Amino acid sequence: MIRWLKRPATATQITHGQRLWLYALGGLVMLFLIAPTLIVIPMSFSDSQYLQFPPETWSLRWYESYFASPAWMSATATSFKAATLTCLLATPLGVAAAYGLFASQVRWAGAVYMALVTPLMVPLIFFAVAAFYLLARLQMVHSLAGLVLAHSILALPLVVVVVSSALKSYDMSQEQAARSLGASRLAAFFLVTLPQIRFAVVTGALLAFLTSFDEVIVAMFVSGGENATLTRNMFNALRDQIDPTIAAISTLMIIVTTTLLALAQLFGKSER
Amino acid sequence: MADAAAPSTGPARPHARTLRRDARLEQLALFGLASPALILLLAVLALPVGWLFYLSFIGNDGGFSLQHYERMVDSKSYARIFRTTFEVSLITTGLCILLGYPLAYLLSQLPKRMAALCLLAVLLPFWTSLLVRTYAWLVLLQRRGLINEWGMSLGLWSEPLALVHNLSGTLIGMVHIMLPFMILPLYGSMRAIPADLLNASANLGARPSETFRHVFLPLSMPGLFAGSLLVFVLCLGFYVTPAVLGGGKVIMVSMRIATDIELFVNWGAASALGVVLLVLTLGLLYGASRFLSLDRVLGGGSR
Repeated sequence: MIRWLKRPATATQITHGQRLWLYALGGLVMLFLIAPTLIVIPMSFSDSQYLQFPPETWSLRWYESYFASPAWMSATATSFKAATLTCLLATPLGVAAAYGLFASQVRWAGAVYMALVTPLMVPLIFFAVAAFYLLARLQMVHSLAGLVLAHSILALPLVVVVVSSALKSYDMSQEQAARSLGASRLAAFFLVTLPQIRFAVVTGALLAFLTSFDEVIVAMFVSGGENATLTRNMFNALRDQIDPTIAAISTLMIIVTTTLLALAQLFGKSER
Repeated sequence: MADAAAPSTGPARPHARTLRRDARLEQLALFGLASPALILLLAVLALPVGWLFYLSFIGNDGGFSLQHYERMVDSKSYARIFRTTFEVSLITTGLCILLGYPLAYLLSQLPKRMAALCLLAVLLPFWTSLLVRTYAWLVLLQRRGLINEWGMSLGLWSEPLALVHNLSGTLIGMVHIMLPFMILPLYGSMRAIPADLLNASANLGARPSETFRHVFLPLSMPGLFAGSLLVFVLCLGFYVTPAVLGGGKVIMVSMRIATDIELFVNWGAASALGVVLLVLTLGLLYGASRFLSLDRVLGGGSR
């Protein structure tokens, strides 16, 4: 241990001992980043209204109250439906756009790319109000289709950014080779290009799904009634009082997100 | 491409034009692949935003008027909201630099495998739902929450502190949410600094602290700038966390927009605020894009 402290940490000859404060500070910041989220998990199994940590008595009552509530169940179903549909709409559109811009190499491709990523730069609250206004005009407020359209706008740029950056390192002459051997343009894309950017496409699709699933503000304005999303109901519950059921829902959401990300990672590993 | 195959001389010359036209048509068809996405953007983003832009110039009597913008300049309550928004955004950005820089620096110095492991601590919250993280802080910071109980049982303070439903709660929550947006671009730019430069500096007799100050710090500035800009811009339009953790005491522009719609159904006022927010955001991003590639900012934290 002592020897480790005196060993240089980098080639600039600073020792691990002199770096201790940095290690401590870095560790504290990492703790600050992960602890609050992780601590919710055991707390959700607490029997108390005040969510003790560590729980004095363990119980599943908050999970029961979640699964027994028709309102929470319907909201969960809406969220999954909206996220799946958003993913199914934004991913093909985003991939097609990214591929089209990359392959055509026209002069204004850059400008179109900027246009496609503008939703990332528009303040979310302003877009939420705008979407609400549009859907109110179309009498589509509180409809699943309206929510999916609005969420697709937010998901689209993420797909475009991820797929475009994967295409940057892709060599189009492979597709030309396939076509000179008799493959159609479509076949060349699906058999040669797509398999090589598959990881980016899956990542983009996952991002699209999570964007819709986690989104609060647009859902708050646009969804409601039968089609209220899980996050909308959670947000409303938070504004009133601290309902421990939300700890149970939060835990489940953390599990969903982590599982999806782990799957994407595994998928990426098997690719490479 | 097809026109590369077209010989410019000899008997094939008449084909050259046809080939070129084919190439251009193909280019156009490929470009057309982007059109469904563009149409969606025009219909669902550009159209209603343009509409609101128009509404912001329509007064309550239905004619053209600047009253919604004039009110922003005249009214004290609006001035306070803008000041709060800027203050909260600036403090959050500052705190993120203070906490994020050391961690990003540490991560960039660790061996790759170890760094990837530690980076999980940044990515896990980055991917976790905003609402879940805000809720976690609400639970931890409340009067009978974990922080107060531990603080009192350790004898640090005797009365439960009001940690949430005020400015401090808002700041804690916002720093927690924004920190990954600071660390990720920062880490990326630090990793890109060649170790040779640091070695050369040490070789020339600089002490580690001098190497850091004169070589590493200046080279990490673009990343720091990108991260700070991203955090600041995201803070300006932030809604969820201040709404939940601020307890109505910290009113930011975004919250005023929401109440203008939900409570007063005043589209003009909400639109005018939204336009100001949008112009501020785009202006900052545009200004910054002249110093660094925007792609890098957006790619750094793609959420």
